Amino acid sequence: MKHGEFAERSAGLPPPRIGRESATGIEVPTSVGPGAVRDDQVGSPGEYPFTRGIFPDGYNGRMWTIRQYSGFGTAEESNERYKFLLAQGQTGLSVALDLPTQCGYDPTHPMARSEIGKVGVSLSNLSEAEILFRDLDLSRISTSFTINGTAAIIYAMYLAVADKQGVPRENLTGTIQNDILKEYVARGTWIFPVKPSMRLVADSILYSNAVSPRFNPISIAGAHVRDAGSTAAEEMAYTLANGLAYVDELRSRGGDVEKFAKRLSFFFYVHMDFFDEIAKFRAGRRLWAKLMKERYGVQDPKAQHFRFGVVCGGSSLIAPQPYNNVIRVAVETMAAVLGGAQSIFTCAFDEAFQIPTETSAELALRTQQIIAFESGIARTVDPLGGSYFLEQHTDRMEEAITTVMKEIEDYGGVVRAIEDGWIQMRLAERALERKIKADSGETVIVGQNHFRRADERMVIGDVFKLDATVAQRALEKFQRVLDTRDQVAVDRSLTRLSEAAGNDGENLMPYLVECCHAYATVGEIVSCLKKEWGEFQEPVSL
Amino acid sequence: MTVFQAERPLLGKRILIGKPGLDGHDIGAKIIALTLRDAGAEVIYTGLRRSPDQIARVAVDEGVDALGLSILSGSHKELVNEVLARLRELDAADIKVFVGGTIPLEDQTELRELGVAGVYTSDMSLAEVVASLAKALS
Repeated sequence: MKHGEFAERSAGLPPPRIGRESATGIEVPTSVGPGAVRDDQVGSPGEYPFTRGIFPDGYNGRMWTIRQYSGFGTAEESNERYKFLLAQGQTGLSVALDLPTQCGYDPTHPMARSEIGKVGVSLSNLSEAEILFRDLDLSRISTSFTINGTAAIIYAMYLAVADKQGVPRENLTGTIQNDILKEYVARGTWIFPVKPSMRLVADSILYSNAVSPRFNPISIAGAHVRDAGSTAAEEMAYTLANGLAYVDELRSRGGDVEKFAKRLSFFFYVHMDFFDEIAKFRAGRRLWAKLMKERYGVQDPKAQHFRFGVVCGGSSLIAPQPYNNVIRVAVETMAAVLGGAQSIFTCAFDEAFQIPTETSAELALRTQQIIAFESGIARTVDPLGGSYFLEQHTDRMEEAITTVMKEIEDYGGVVRAIEDGWIQMRLAERALERKIKADSGETVIVGQNHFRRADERMVIGDVFKLDATVAQRALEKFQRVLDTRDQVAVDRSLTRLSEAAGNDGENLMPYLVECCHAYATVGEIVSCLKKEWGEFQEPVSL
Repeated sequence: MTVFQAERPLLGKRILIGKPGLDGHDIGAKIIALTLRDAGAEVIYTGLRRSPDQIARVAVDEGVDALGLSILSGSHKELVNEVLARLRELDAADIKVFVGGTIPLEDQTELRELGVAGVYTSDMSLAEVVASLAKALS
């Protein structure tokens, strides 16, 4: 192809530049020498402050979990899909839930009708969960639920399924996202006001620690604020600040930080600035360990460990020239590995404009397997440790993160900043800035602003078609459950839940499990709690 | 950061930005709201999780010139249809409706046929969006 065939739309943009600043705004020198490395901050893998990783043997001891996000339509279809993915070599399940389940509406609610089974599976009551996990041995698979507003209910439902399958609760492994604070900022599936929501988070964590100690009851997530527009440093800063807010809430409810901190985990996006991303993970891991030790006096190294999963792709993937996204995901996956991630999800290249097909989903999985087993980068723990540039960049990233955390603390803490809409506004402004830089060509996005072909047409390959009868079948099954369950048991369980919700000192989890066992629906449970607590009033001033 | 302060091509226009349905991804809606305000418009934002009926009523009560709906959940056809129907019932079919989000090409055509005045996706520049709106509302 001749150069002249490119770039009708690139006309008028400044020429593409490498730039002198990283994507997060840190100045990057042309050359760095040995003086940039502070040995006391670098340390050894598996040793405090864990800059170089939480395990001394890196991926030799434990390979990262390959975990692809999936789940759509009804529980039956998702169950089939999970069996397919497990047979393909996937090592953990990830359950996507539809928006009605995430926001606490039953399929019959007017707000739910057009959304049933659309962005994930509809899990409105225990009978759907029984179908979803049919013929899957819950003591052998690790299940990750992307669920927040109704996380405590879905966790209760998972316990109830395990009970019914005869699987001891202590054998359960997996994760619920359960990070409500970032929902108010970026993802939007909040239900209740901030304070009772924090109670639900704390109750589920403390209960899980006691009954399912191998289960991760929270995954504190920066991914969504990042994808919405924040920088890498802000992503880490907001996440660590939210993490500290949960730690404070748990301690105020009698939790022992030496114990519960071992089961806190984190979740981030990886975007395209390679060294920003690696530095972000190394700096975040170090900062969390320091905060645990210095602020809370945590002694057990396991309770200082910063364990995290990542998603590669997201808003860094674009619709024009979609196959370029395959390369983006590969670069991002390498950054995640070099940053020491415990689990990795790779987006399919077509996620920017459609539900991934089986082919694109498989390609995303293969990308990880190639990096894991062909490239060799996983052999040595933190192979870039000691790099003059990376160690300096990690230090500067840590400073940038600390600066944002200080601003939040000065404002009065995350809870207040969220209730006032302050963080939301900051994020919107940052997202606007990112868009303006992309529009102007200052940030190079190959195929979108620079290097755009004059004859570019959006290529859409196989489009996955959602079965049009999904909603109808979900409604029919839902009605059958309402018709066949023991209504007296349902009413009794909801009454007991309501009383417990009014008593702030009570842990709500046993009541939620009781409701699930009685086949009370997610919508009924949420309505019951709304009566006690009300709903979050979104600050919408712009 | 601003782009349009000098020109203000949307001066004098009232625009409602709405988030119908349960989709919680609101950053696109906020970016557009900030941009339209910067371009001179008076902008109202509904916040998350509004029903088509609520949005249509606010549009009528506020006497807006245009209504922008932001939808990324894949439910755009159903939700847009409902909003348009409610506007007609409220005798407000003159309010121009725009849609932004993850909208496949074939659906874009379908939405235009339903009566949507413009469909905006994330690969468009803010300048293109503002120019298109200014033209449609002139």
